[in-house]
Amino acid sequence: MHDVYNFVSGPLVWVAFIVFIAGSLYRVISLIMLVNKKEKFIFDYMSFKYSLRSIIRWSIPFATVNWRKHPVLTVVTFAFHICLIVAPLFILAHSVLIDESWNISWWSFSDTIGDIMTVIVIAGSIFFLIRRVVLPEVKFVTSASDYVILAIVAAPFITGFIAYHQWFAYPNMMIFHIISGEIMLMAIPFTRLRHMLLSPFTRAYMGSEFGGVRHSKDW
Amino acid sequence: MSEPAKKEQEKVVDQGIDVGIARLTEDKIKHTINSVIKVETGARLKAYVETCIHCGLCSEACHYYLSQGNDPKFSPVGKVKQTMWEMLKKKGKVSPEFMRRAVEIAHTECNLCKRCAQYCPFGIDIAYIMTVVRRIIHKLGITPLYIQDTAHSHSVTMNQMWVKDDEWPDTLQWQEEEAQAEIPTLRIPLEKEGADIMYSVIAPEPKFQAQLIYQAAVIMDVAGVNWTMPATPGWDNSDMAMFTGDNELMGRLKRSHFETAARLKVKKIVMGECGHAFRSVYDMGNRWLGWKMPPIPIVHAIEFYYELLKAGKIKIAKKYATPVTLHDPCNVVRGGGLEEKARYVAHAICEEVIEMHPNREHNYCCCAGGGVINCGPPYKMKRIKGNKVKADQLFRAKTDGAETLITPCHNCHSGLHDIVTHYEIGMDIKFFGDIIYEAMEKPGAIDG
Ligand code: HEM
Ligand code: SF4
Ligand code: SF4
Repeated sequence: MHDVYNFVSGPLVWVAFIVFIAGSLYRVISLIMLVNKKEKFIFDYMSFKYSLRSIIRWSIPFATVNWRKHPVLTVVTFAFHICLIVAPLFILAHSVLIDESWNISWWSFSDTIGDIMTVIVIAGSIFFLIRRVVLPEVKFVTSASDYVILAIVAAPFITGFIAYHQWFAYPNMMIFHIISGEIMLMAIPFTRLRHMLLSPFTRAYMGSEFGGVRHSKDW
Repeated sequence: MSEPAKKEQEKVVDQGIDVGIARLTEDKIKHTINSVIKVETGARLKAYVETCIHCGLCSEACHYYLSQGNDPKFSPVGKVKQTMWEMLKKKGKVSPEFMRRAVEIAHTECNLCKRCAQYCPFGIDIAYIMTVVRRIIHKLGITPLYIQDTAHSHSVTMNQMWVKDDEWPDTLQWQEEEAQAEIPTLRIPLEKEGADIMYSVIAPEPKFQAQLIYQAAVIMDVAGVNWTMPATPGWDNSDMAMFTGDNELMGRLKRSHFETAARLKVKKIVMGECGHAFRSVYDMGNRWLGWKMPPIPIVHAIEFYYELLKAGKIKIAKKYATPVTLHDPCNVVRGGGLEEKARYVAHAICEEVIEMHPNREHNYCCCAGGGVINCGPPYKMKRIKGNKVKADQLFRAKTDGAETLITPCHNCHSGLHDIVTHYEIGMDIKFFGDIIYEAMEKPGAIDG
């Protein structure tokens, strides 16, 4: 048991981060190289101003027509994504790990806040799951992989929540938590979770076309 | 009034598709799909397909989806699922039957209006994906008959309507003579080298709506514009090849148009009230030829009228009294940002302008654009049923008092005419030019 724990919390962490970072770089760089090879004209149309205008607009809740059309989803998706990214970075237990490993005193927030954020991510995942099953327009375009990525994202938060509260099977749960977190990281460049990497580019391009050529708003 | 879409799935007879499909083999389909995707597409298609999170948030952007009782088959991403995703997943190994459905989707269930690009949180351009599908369809030779016929006309005559080389100057002369009965000094200057403006139109104008050329000539004459029209092919700014995925032909057409303007040494091209032609000269065709922006400045009629009215070059004698509402054509509003200028013109020439909603860049498409109306009669009812939301929108504008509908675009004009008729909305449809011609001062005119 201890060996497994040491392995997943030691070498495997490194593997996960390397796969995540290298995979992400590969995704982004290969995309830009593909533009360079096949659709060079895109560089000419890219506008820093309009890219930023579009990205910022869509990063503000209720700032776009479609966010306003879906108020519940908007609140959920912003809360979900913010907690999803922020919680793992600043949860007290993670902060302690960082401190212990590298002697860096990392910022952190209280256990309660971490707990709430975790619940928000889990609740968000359930919301997306229900949406996927219930709404015909979402169901129609759903494939198995959509459930898989949802599970990949929810798993580290569910296991972390159970482990933190030490409800049952604590040592195993810790191992599951670490492994599922590593899987999530590694999955980002290789599943549709790569929207995190690619969406700034699609947004920027559409923003540039709408702002610079079409003289129109893309929100 | 709106029946569920399912009932409507009866098979349409379209020789362009049926005959073409009968000739296909799975091998040819596979080869064509893969070669288009591999050779002609790049980062855009890849990023769009890989980034899409399957959230369905683009659905409510689409008038087809909204009009067909929120049937997911008509949602933007639903159309991609039924076409491009499947082609990619099966690596091109799809059946002729599959391709038949793909033709229906890409050619008659999407207007390439790009409204969905404004609703997708990632800005995924589904219209672009549909044009890739149309490109594949073109290469397989299964484009719907009617629109393919217009493309053939383009290829043979350099205009969309089989207008012969001598019919064109004849028509202009005829309209000049007609207009001279009203303003004796009026000319339609042909081939005038060094004029400020070359005026270009789409081929349906000389073919069916020659009075539009008459009206434009009167406006030009009264405003004292130094203008000309070419007497040679290259006068037609329309472009169905852009919609059939025949990019090579699109390039030939636009080259001939721009080169005609260059030969006449004009400063700019002013075009009539057409949306798709604007897309072709301003966005698509110029790019195919390697021009980031049009090589010769393009001024759409809306902008041209705006400039004339603002500078006082045409004056309004009596504003149009009937309350109007204004349709924002996708290609010049979402595609060219002319919405405020259109409103300036509308207010300058009409007593009362009643807004319909949603409007400006969030307008609903007319459901005729993107080449859909050009696929002809077999799809007319689908097009009308596919835009019930527009009918509802027009009804509301009518309830608010609007009796005339201004649509500064030919496609919108015809598409909305069908909608207004079918849903018995009872509105007159007019171009800006119709109203300006009626309302303007004509100092040189015979009865003043
Ligand atoms: C930081 C950049 C990111 C942006 C801009 C972004 C944006 C979005 C958007 C716009 C949606 C679709 C709307 C919705 O369904 O809520 C979405 C869905 C989602 N995102 Fe992200 N996201 C980002 C990062 C991430 C990350 C890092 C993950 C997880 C590793 C993630 C997981 C998800 C999940 C699971 C969904 C729901 C999919 C579903 O409907 O089933 N996102 N994201
Ligand atoms: S018709 Fe317009 S909104 Fe509908 S899918 Fe096509 S481009 Fe998108
Ligand atoms: S809104 Fe965008 S990401 Fe969501 S399903 Fe539609 S195209 Fe895909």
